[in-house]
Amino acid sequence: MAEKPFGIENTGSRFSSRISARFAELGRQEKKGLVVYLMAGDPSLEATGIILQEVVRAGADFIELGVPFSDPLADGPVIQRAAERALRAGATLRKVLTLLPSWRDGVQAPVILFTYYNPILQYGIEAFARDARQAGADGVLAVDLTPEEADVYLRALREQRLDAIFLGSPTSSDERLRLAASASSGFLYVVSRTGVTGEREELAQTLAPLVRRARQVTSLPLAVGFGISNPQQVQVVQRLADAAVVGSAVVHAVEERYPSGGAGEIGNFVRWLKQNPGSEAA
Amino acid sequence: MSGYSRTATPGAELTRWPDARGRFAEFGGRFVPETLMGPVEELEDAYREVRQDAEFQAELKRLLKHFAGRPTPLYHARRLSERMGGSQIFLKREDLLHTGAHKINNCLGQGLLAKRMGKARVIAETGAGQHGVATATVAALLGLECCIYMGEEDMARQAPNVFRMRLLGARVIPVHSGSKTLKDAINEGMRDWVTNVANTHYLMGSVLGPHPYPMMVRDFQRVIGQEARQQAQETFGRLPDYLFACVGGGSNSIGLFYDFLEDRQVRMVGVEAGGRSLHLGDHAARFAGGKPGVLHGTYTYVLQDPDGLIATTHSVSAGLDYPAVGPEHAALYRAGRVEYTHVSDAEALEAARELSRTEGIIPALESAHAVAEALHRAPTLGREVIAVVNLSGRGDKDLGIYQSSGIL
Repeated sequence: MAEKPFGIENTGSRFSSRISARFAELGRQEKKGLVVYLMAGDPSLEATGIILQEVVRAGADFIELGVPFSDPLADGPVIQRAAERALRAGATLRKVLTLLPSWRDGVQAPVILFTYYNPILQYGIEAFARDARQAGADGVLAVDLTPEEADVYLRALREQRLDAIFLGSPTSSDERLRLAASASSGFLYVVSRTGVTGEREELAQTLAPLVRRARQVTSLPLAVGFGISNPQQVQVVQRLADAAVVGSAVVHAVEERYPSGGAGEIGNFVRWLKQNPGSEAA
Repeated sequence: MSGYSRTATPGAELTRWPDARGRFAEFGGRFVPETLMGPVEELEDAYREVRQDAEFQAELKRLLKHFAGRPTPLYHARRLSERMGGSQIFLKREDLLHTGAHKINNCLGQGLLAKRMGKARVIAETGAGQHGVATATVAALLGLECCIYMGEEDMARQAPNVFRMRLLGARVIPVHSGSKTLKDAINEGMRDWVTNVANTHYLMGSVLGPHPYPMMVRDFQRVIGQEARQQAQETFGRLPDYLFACVGGGSNSIGLFYDFLEDRQVRMVGVEAGGRSLHLGDHAARFAGGKPGVLHGTYTYVLQDPDGLIATTHSVSAGLDYPAVGPEHAALYRAGRVEYTHVSDAEALEAARELSRTEGIIPALESAHAVAEALHRAPTLGREVIAVVNLSGRGDKDLGIYQSSGIL
């Protein structure tokens, strides 16, 4: 690595966080990870804890917990609708941090908060980092914040030993990938294609070269997300990278199946995602 | 009388913004998903290149003159001034431009830039439809594919502009999410851009969004103030005492103000939409009810709740109905160089009626806010005082609202 704008060695384990530990453990078992995205407060604050527990029992290695924002410009329609439901249910950032300890009670899988920058800014960056840590969060991803604008945020997160996770995208130059990786710890989130979140039939052709470029600039584990919605895609991604992130497909399952089938249905969906392709389920 | 004298004017500093990170003092910057960082960097490079490019500037100048109809007159509203019994009111007639508003200045600049960058497609958001019409017009002129995002509520309010855009060959895409107005149209436009960055230029209509948009749109609108300055020198041999302009995102106002910023004797008043009341949700007066935050890629004053969720806004004028303000305005507010105030729906409607009856000019509802503030102050100012009001757009698009408002 030619440059370290943040002056910190990135080994992926510098906070000996649960995130790094989980990747290390997966590595020892020669396994790849599954990151499951859930929208906090969708469809209700009570449901989130139940679904989270069930999804982890079903084999999710990491939880990405979305905190709803009024203007989710990086998200497609499925997550937009979930954010609207969650906001109606009262899921503000403050509420999420208050309830997180009970939601993740007994859960060892790392929890990464996934949100937009303004709610964090209004909460107060230092106060947010402190409360997120106390609530048991392991990392934070603010989708509209890039390393260039993140000095204060990074200091606050590091102070609290929280992993800051940034994105690498198909439009990122090698230099930008290096910047994102050098500001990140735990893992680097690789966006599989240009565009917003949402289920897609096919993975982008550009994914494999992007993952290769990312490997060249960082030794951090790579998690690939955006558009991954079935076991075939999970497996393709897991061959290339260290973890696959499934977001909209799970949120869609919550939208369609939770009201009638409860959390068990969401667990079944996660089990299906983890199945070897070819088998029929879900 | 105005907030402008409360701090010493920093003078030249004000025209040196933004810095290399796109900051106007602490405001501005870039807060976008990683996928858009490459494209905004590319845009900044391309823009810096054409800024110095004589051929580009000559072509823009030619189109501004022969296609858009520049220069616009600085018109002395004698009857109106007489009736108010105070300052002399001059109108900068941006309403006379092709497509009916100042928006065309910026669209021509960005349209030429998009072509230069090899982008075959432009997309834009629109509230009242003025920016959408100007974008569709320039796309037709330059042979670019064009998609306009518009909240479905605004589409109903501004149906004639929807038809104009379609007649000009643009696709108008209704936005059903959120409050179904300008803010949601920008969300949807950004989603399109993040998906189609390779062949698409986002033609932002105001001094909003990530760097370089606030700087670039300001530069394309500066022509308003440059002309007004020269016209004032020629007509009265001195600079005006007051400038008035409405502030939605703030492109017409920054366009008028910018070339006067270093002239400390020129007082500037930005007029926001006071809506129905100053309760959150009832107005779009960011400096009256907002606080610094991040929306649509920039750090600026934003109307929001204590949890950082963006508030809904209201204004009778769709073009002012937006929860954030351009970051350069936030910096000028902080520096005390520009005074910001607000005018209610009712006052704007009354000013539109007054201007129509007294001068034979039907203003856009947005511009009527600036007129209202100028009329409000005129009687308190001496007859020798020169006040320039930016008449940023004409009222054709608002006839339906005027008709149903009961101002007759």
